[in-house]
Amino acid sequence: MPVGKIAGQPVWQHRTPRARLALWAGWLGLVALFVYCWQVMTETTIWAFVHDAPAQAVDIGSRMLPPRWGYIEKLLLPLWDTLNMATLGTLLGVILAVPVAFLAARNTTPSVMLLRPIALFIIVSSRSINSLIWALLLVAIIGPGLLAGIVAIGLRSIGFIGKLLYEAIEEIDVSQVEAVTATGASRGQIMDYAIVPQILPAFCGITVFRWDINIRESAILGLVGAGGLGLQLQASLNVLAWPQVTMIFLVILGTVVVSEWVSAKVRQAIT
Amino acid sequence: MTSAANTASLPRRHWKRPPLLIKSPLLRWIIYGGALVYLVLAVGTVEVNWSRVYEGLERGWRFIQGFLVPDFTSRWRDISVGLVESLTMTVTSTVVGILISVPIGIGAARNLAPAWIYLVCRAIIAVSRSFQEVIIAILLVAMFGFGPFAGFLTLSFATIGFLSKLLAEDIEDIDETQAEAIRATGAGWWQLVNYAIQPQVMPRLIGLSLYRLDINFRESAVIGIVGAGGIGATLNTSIDRYEYDSAGAIMLIIIGIVMVSEYSSSHIRKWVQ
Amino acid sequence: MLRLVSLTKTYKTGDRALSEVSFEVPAGQVVGLIGPSGAGKSTLIRCVNRLVEPTGGQIFLGDTEITGLARGELRVLRRRIGMIFQEYALVERLTVMENVLSGRLGYVPFWRSFMRRFPEADVATAFALLERVGLSDHADKRADALSGGQRQRVGIARALEQNPELLLVDEPTASLDPKTSRQIMRLIKEICEERNLAAIINIHDVVLAQGFTDRIIGLRAGRVVFDGAPSRLDDSVLTEIYGEEDWAQMRRAEQEDEEDARAEMRRREMMAEAR
Repeated sequence: MPVGKIAGQPVWQHRTPRARLALWAGWLGLVALFVYCWQVMTETTIWAFVHDAPAQAVDIGSRMLPPRWGYIEKLLLPLWDTLNMATLGTLLGVILAVPVAFLAARNTTPSVMLLRPIALFIIVSSRSINSLIWALLLVAIIGPGLLAGIVAIGLRSIGFIGKLLYEAIEEIDVSQVEAVTATGASRGQIMDYAIVPQILPAFCGITVFRWDINIRESAILGLVGAGGLGLQLQASLNVLAWPQVTMIFLVILGTVVVSEWVSAKVRQAIT
Repeated sequence: MTSAANTASLPRRHWKRPPLLIKSPLLRWIIYGGALVYLVLAVGTVEVNWSRVYEGLERGWRFIQGFLVPDFTSRWRDISVGLVESLTMTVTSTVVGILISVPIGIGAARNLAPAWIYLVCRAIIAVSRSFQEVIIAILLVAMFGFGPFAGFLTLSFATIGFLSKLLAEDIEDIDETQAEAIRATGAGWWQLVNYAIQPQVMPRLIGLSLYRLDINFRESAVIGIVGAGGIGATLNTSIDRYEYDSAGAIMLIIIGIVMVSEYSSSHIRKWVQ
Repeated sequence: MLRLVSLTKTYKTGDRALSEVSFEVPAGQVVGLIGPSGAGKSTLIRCVNRLVEPTGGQIFLGDTEITGLARGELRVLRRRIGMIFQEYALVERLTVMENVLSGRLGYVPFWRSFMRRFPEADVATAFALLERVGLSDHADKRADALSGGQRQRVGIARALEQNPELLLVDEPTASLDPKTSRQIMRLIKEICEERNLAAIINIHDVVLAQGFTDRIIGLRAGRVVFDGAPSRLDDSVLTEIYGEEDWAQMRRAEQEDEEDARAEMRRREMMAEAR
């Protein structure tokens, strides 16, 4: 802590004058940025709608309740589709992500100069693009249906699993690898005996975690035509059948809660 | 496995790795079998129209070309409007989200808040976390009309669930001795938060906020699809029009911005700690 | 048996870890390698099985020149050299048996090691070795369930499973208590005698080195500054290796440690009896 002098007396100050100035300037900059962004963003906003929103909310709320309970019969098959989309998509993602992770980890990549940057780019691309956008694209390319959803989930999962897995690979204990190498083991054997056992728990945890997230995501992919609950949601929204929408929301909520519980239990069991 | 008792007398020549997770062989086979059956059933539900997929290959190839040779110029007006909406939406919603999350996060920390506040705050977090941004956006667009304002509200709402939860967990994990030392000086509740809690959680709060900024930007590209403004709307339009080179350009811009923000946020985090 | 000819290692950073190190180890001899931290002990033994690539000089194991072997040949050579590590370096999430059997990795094809179907003879050896190091009841435990001393025994069994001609031992007692340290050193010494194995033991504890080796080599800043019988290791030699320090006092402290350890053992025995 700096000690300044005022009128010859030492005075304790929390920060130096320069640091204080920088801090204030920083805050001021942040506030200015916020105000500016706010103005740009709200330029096109029609405030009448915003003022009207509470009334709208009450209106929609009253139409949403009560949920149409009987509709659940029609939701069971889409729910099954949604679960399959999430699970198969996760499997696809895992299959694609594992090699990418090994290429991206500094200690296992065969080439630091070429393959590693490519692998890292694949990871960041997959992470940047939400599965809904992947689905939008894939529906346009290969047509609507579960396949587009599965591939979309898979493509999005590469980045997530790949990133966490390659970080886990980079954190492994080098001495265990060294010890197995010293026995005369081949590359494959080193992988099997020294690297895989060390990352296996992390790998399982990451996969289950991603599966949990994928259940949430696959529930809405149908909005763009990739099948599952989202498809029903889209259909209900189109005809403004709010009680059905509520029912779909409840089903999604239930699924999310259950999958989160399962994933938490499994992760607990592994570690 | 044979028991270890007979090892001393006869040299054992066989060894099998003990099962990793499930000890009972019956249960193990039931689980493996169940997984296999599920897989077959699940794959069976996927109806693929192969001729449609085959047709799509050509389109897929065009998309890859569009990705490799993106077209930034011909739709630049739309792209720039969408981008500005997305970026401003991201900044405002993150700031507002943080401002609301901090009190809720403190309220949701068991070691700081009284029981009823704790329960209220946890309930808010649970509601915010259990719904996808897109679902929230659908509702908010219905209430507030199309445009970035609904998107801003959506992202702020989602930020609250994310940040408050992690902040609360952080506060619950703090080093209790430091809080005790400050309490022992006779400090009040506000002083406790200011002197014992804030220094411990601040670096991580900044890190999380930056991470959320990143997520909000990525999400802002999605909620446009349901009408909440931003680059997602532009992307949606260009894919609908089969303008893959413009779509490729937009996706590359998103990837680029995410990369830049990840890179700079890792630097800021290092600098903060 | 093992011959080093002016072995030199310069790291990419420009640090010279070893300069012109030459010596020869006959079969059955246990050599203690001592020296201060950073003297190049660890680098030296890692150069022998080329976990670290030497930058100059030659190493011979029997008639084979280790320096200059191609990748495949290096694997075959590494099977002939067992290595025991500081902090054990067991693969913690594998069972004890898998760790011991991993000593055969250089001998078996990938599918066998992947399916954990090792030849019967290898399994039999592994069981015999576990019994030799006193761990026959622990074969199916995971390595991280064992105590430090037990883990180091597994490490020894893994090295012996290779049926090596030479043992490289890197600070085997670094993370063990004094009593267990002595037990481990005794075990290594006995095993080398039983099998007429040569060993290079890299160790920072001078007293242990004197007690359990046939010959001491002292390294300082990458050069051999002493090479002779343990009994010739006197204060002036130690000063040359480690620099100025009150050696007499260190020995005394060591003795006290041992006495403490013995007292502790007696106390434990008494308590066990009382129960």
